[in-house]
Amino acid sequence: MNDATNHLLSGWLVLLPILIPFATSGFIFLFRKQLSGKGLQLQQQIGVFASGAHLVVSLLLLQQVIAHDMLNVQSSNWPVPFGISFVADGLSSLMVVIVSVMALAVNIYSLSDIDKLRQHFAFQPVYLLLIAALSGAFLTGDLFNLYVWFEILLISSFVLLSLGNTRAQLRGAVNYVLINLIASSLFLAATGLIYGYTGALNMADIAVQLSTLPQGIVTVIAVLFLVAFGMKAALFPLFFWLPPAYPAPPIAISAIFAGLLTKVGVYALIRVFTLFFVYDVSFTHTILLWLSGFTIIVGVLSAIVQDDIRKIVSFHLIAQVGYMVAGLAFYTDLGLRATIFYFIEDIVIMTNLFLITGLIARYGGSFKLSKLGNLYRDKPYLAIFFAISAFSLGGIPPLSGFWAKFMIIQASFAGGNILFTLVLLFGAFITLYSMARIWQHAFLKTSENKTLSLEEGNLTQSKRNFYIPVVALTALTLLISFWPQPFYTLSKQVSSQLLSPQNYIEHMFSEQNTASPFKVKESKGEGH
Amino acid sequence: MESLLSIAVGILFATGIYMMLRRNLIKFIFGFMLMGNGINLLIFTVGRLTRGTAPIVPEELEYLDGSVIQDFANPLPQALILTAIVIGFGFVAFSLVLLYRTYTVEKSLDTDMLQESVLPEVTP
Repeated sequence: MNDATNHLLSGWLVLLPILIPFATSGFIFLFRKQLSGKGLQLQQQIGVFASGAHLVVSLLLLQQVIAHDMLNVQSSNWPVPFGISFVADGLSSLMVVIVSVMALAVNIYSLSDIDKLRQHFAFQPVYLLLIAALSGAFLTGDLFNLYVWFEILLISSFVLLSLGNTRAQLRGAVNYVLINLIASSLFLAATGLIYGYTGALNMADIAVQLSTLPQGIVTVIAVLFLVAFGMKAALFPLFFWLPPAYPAPPIAISAIFAGLLTKVGVYALIRVFTLFFVYDVSFTHTILLWLSGFTIIVGVLSAIVQDDIRKIVSFHLIAQVGYMVAGLAFYTDLGLRATIFYFIEDIVIMTNLFLITGLIARYGGSFKLSKLGNLYRDKPYLAIFFAISAFSLGGIPPLSGFWAKFMIIQASFAGGNILFTLVLLFGAFITLYSMARIWQHAFLKTSENKTLSLEEGNLTQSKRNFYIPVVALTALTLLISFWPQPFYTLSKQVSSQLLSPQNYIEHMFSEQNTASPFKVKESKGEGH
Repeated sequence: MESLLSIAVGILFATGIYMMLRRNLIKFIFGFMLMGNGINLLIFTVGRLTRGTAPIVPEELEYLDGSVIQDFANPLPQALILTAIVIGFGFVAFSLVLLYRTYTVEKSLDTDMLQESVLPEVTP
């Protein structure tokens, strides 16, 4: 294969994780009219198939990126600073793989979990649109394009959140929608300011131009981005929208939100605070450190007073975001490595915990700890699945959460930050306590609550659909736990890539990307 | 002209934020619209204001070298604003429908109604 074909193929590979769910979403939306009959089943089958195809192409993409370090494609072959770029570096392609694994798992779960009515109102197309937007947000190399993907992501998550119109959903959606309107306004304003100061929207170009600007201006823009992405990532003072919103929809939707949506915010933070705002680290990254510390403390302390399992897990979700941002805040190789590893293992655990929570409620008839009980006696396998995820979240060796927490704490010690290390340990300890609380109340306690069987609920599909994703994600957790080496190596590769943004810039401005594809007579300077 | 527009952006931001801090959620949406317009104007202003020709390059001008491009208006901010307007419109439309649905259920659009939790005991 010659070079040009290779370039073309890798370009398609970068775009396919976006195109597959996007096109499928539009296509299966056409079945809207036939949903009462065969249409719905066909829609679901195509949806699951598309998720599977998404997984395959993202694995291929990751494999190519590991081999070639970085791939990119320019829309309409415009040379680099002008056209919209899609860039797959280590972090992006890793995130896309995680998205596709979670998307497939939750899509299978949703076949049984989401009721007929919601399926009729276009659950499947909107879900795939969410996946497309997530992939787009991770793969784009253009700041304004990132904004557009964020908006597609938001509007599809709005629809998924309020689909069904129950009272709790509406309230949660009002909270979620309004805070996100503010966040995306700030994001747009910050993008506008960056464009004004640098004349660039391509991320690599911005990174070059920002280094020539006065420090004060850059820091102001950095803080605008911090607030905008912090709202999406549910960082400390800006997390209050999450607890009412995430538990409200059916559990499959909560699971995909918990796994992926806040992580997009963390991803965007990592992107801008390793590529753009690296000149005043002692100021910006110290803010991040404080925010992450408070996020951990407030998250875990709020979790232990809740009675509803969904709320407990939601607050832990917030605390876990704190751990991830901590690694970024250290801004060392160890720290970022820990953050990337945390991404891999935590998204799996969080999604799985939500899925298991859904099963607990289906068996126990309630989400409230005070009403649940007997589950260890009646459903021992579910108890084992829960125990693996929960104690991994708490950081019990040898489970995957232990490795991640170990790496973060190691990075914190290496930075000489004893107080912060104590915060991290405190967070892990309380997490363990609150997981033990769920274990004690929902599984061990004997109560008069009768355990239902899945068939007693108004279940339309087989219960296999509930267990396939739970078993698969638990197996993945065990894989990361007992064979962390490949994941660790990957995290190491990604973090070293993140810490040398000049490689990213050099790659984007390489000969291949800046050469104009148009036949132009030799001219002096392209004009900016 | 830039300073005039900057003041206009400031006024739009201030009124927008004031409206967003009100307790009535409809006013929040109006505040969001004002602030959105402020941001669009901001992007327009930072994209260099020129009273030049439309950014359509005549055929005889084959190359855009530095001296020529100065006379054209910058098309990029306009494209950005157009995108932002469309997205903002979609958001406002969705939020208004959402608030209408909320109003029919709650009979109120005061932010206080969001305080207590109404999570049902089992998945809906």
